[in-house]
Amino acid sequence: MVTLPPMDYASEVERIAGALRTATGRLRRRGLVVAMSGGIDSSVSAALAVRALGADQVLGLLLPERDSTLGDGSLGALLAHHLGIRFEHQDISPALSALGCYNSQQQVLQRVLPGYGDGWKFKLVISAAMGGRVSITRVVAEDPRGGRHEARLSAADYQQLVAATNFKQRVRKALEYYHADRLNYAVVGTPNRLEYDQGFFVKLGDGAADVKPIAHLYKTQVYGMARFLGLPEAITTTTPTTDTFSLAQGQDEFYFGLPYPQMDLVLWHVNEGRSASELAMALGCEVKEAEGHIAAVHAKRRTTAYLHLPPILAAEVPGIPAT
Amino acid sequence: MSSRKERVRGFITSMFFTDPGTVLGEDDSLLQLQIVDSTGFLELVGFLESEFGIKVDDEEMLPENLDTLACIDAFLERKLGAEAGR
Repeated sequence: MVTLPPMDYASEVERIAGALRTATGRLRRRGLVVAMSGGIDSSVSAALAVRALGADQVLGLLLPERDSTLGDGSLGALLAHHLGIRFEHQDISPALSALGCYNSQQQVLQRVLPGYGDGWKFKLVISAAMGGRVSITRVVAEDPRGGRHEARLSAADYQQLVAATNFKQRVRKALEYYHADRLNYAVVGTPNRLEYDQGFFVKLGDGAADVKPIAHLYKTQVYGMARFLGLPEAITTTTPTTDTFSLAQGQDEFYFGLPYPQMDLVLWHVNEGRSASELAMALGCEVKEAEGHIAAVHAKRRTTAYLHLPPILAAEVPGIPAT
Repeated sequence: MSSRKERVRGFITSMFFTDPGTVLGEDDSLLQLQIVDSTGFLELVGFLESEFGIKVDDEEMLPENLDTLACIDAFLERKLGAEAGR
């Protein structure tokens, strides 16, 4: 399969480490906090933080909850030991329960899937509608006997499920800033380029950070950098998931609609101004399908633009620079 | 203009952002004008189902059924006719 142009990882690692040092100084902070799920993005971000400041000035946070598909934080612990950094472990399930996250999810699931209850697992998947021009979301669940159940969600049910689930990213961020405030550290955000560009993050959840070191790297480049940095194989060979729903869910199922190597190619072709024909050649698909993928990139940029925006002021505030 | 079409137009203009003063034409594309996004189509389908007592299947969620007021009205005509004939 066609891949992205090669990257000089040695010089890119040094460049990012320099940027992290500059950012930490500019923010007048003494170190960096990184929440580590055990996934590839947060692992590479943590390793880059260590390259920038040294292990003594990086704190890792392992913040699993009861639906974490990447396990109980053990991959994060493996990484912390590998990098030689301090880490804190906190199960956020009790906080999520207290906030009503799981109850709110369950209300929706019991409404759309009769019989849904203890021992069931679920995830959201997208499917194409309107001739591939919009996506509709379905809930897929597995009962304790392994039976599969599926239903299309109404807009209200979909929005409630997403709103409840977003507590997870926002509770994690609250804890990241608790530790950052406690230590006078800055918070590292860990989106890769696909996530950052296509708005695959929760506003004031995983979208919030003081510095984002890999937001310009395509996902395949993040994997390449992980191998260059010598991260443990258990991490570099993990299939990316959203780590959000109780039933394991690929990012392509929920958001991108394509596996990440192909999605990287789509976004790269858009960014380089390449044509749908060139993309079709790279993906080995029909030009019409490639046109659909390109249109979807632009559509996601439009619909998620507000996630990137700071609060809009009704009038300029003199003395405070506009962000 | 049928009252059915007016009910759909009223739902779209009250639920989704359109520039003030814009009148949604019968053949204006909801997709091309970026009036309705993915979640919006779910809302539109939910409205059609509850307001007109029909069931929209996944495979019926096509531009030729839902992208303009005229398409939606023709789709409703077919669905209501088919369901009345059952």
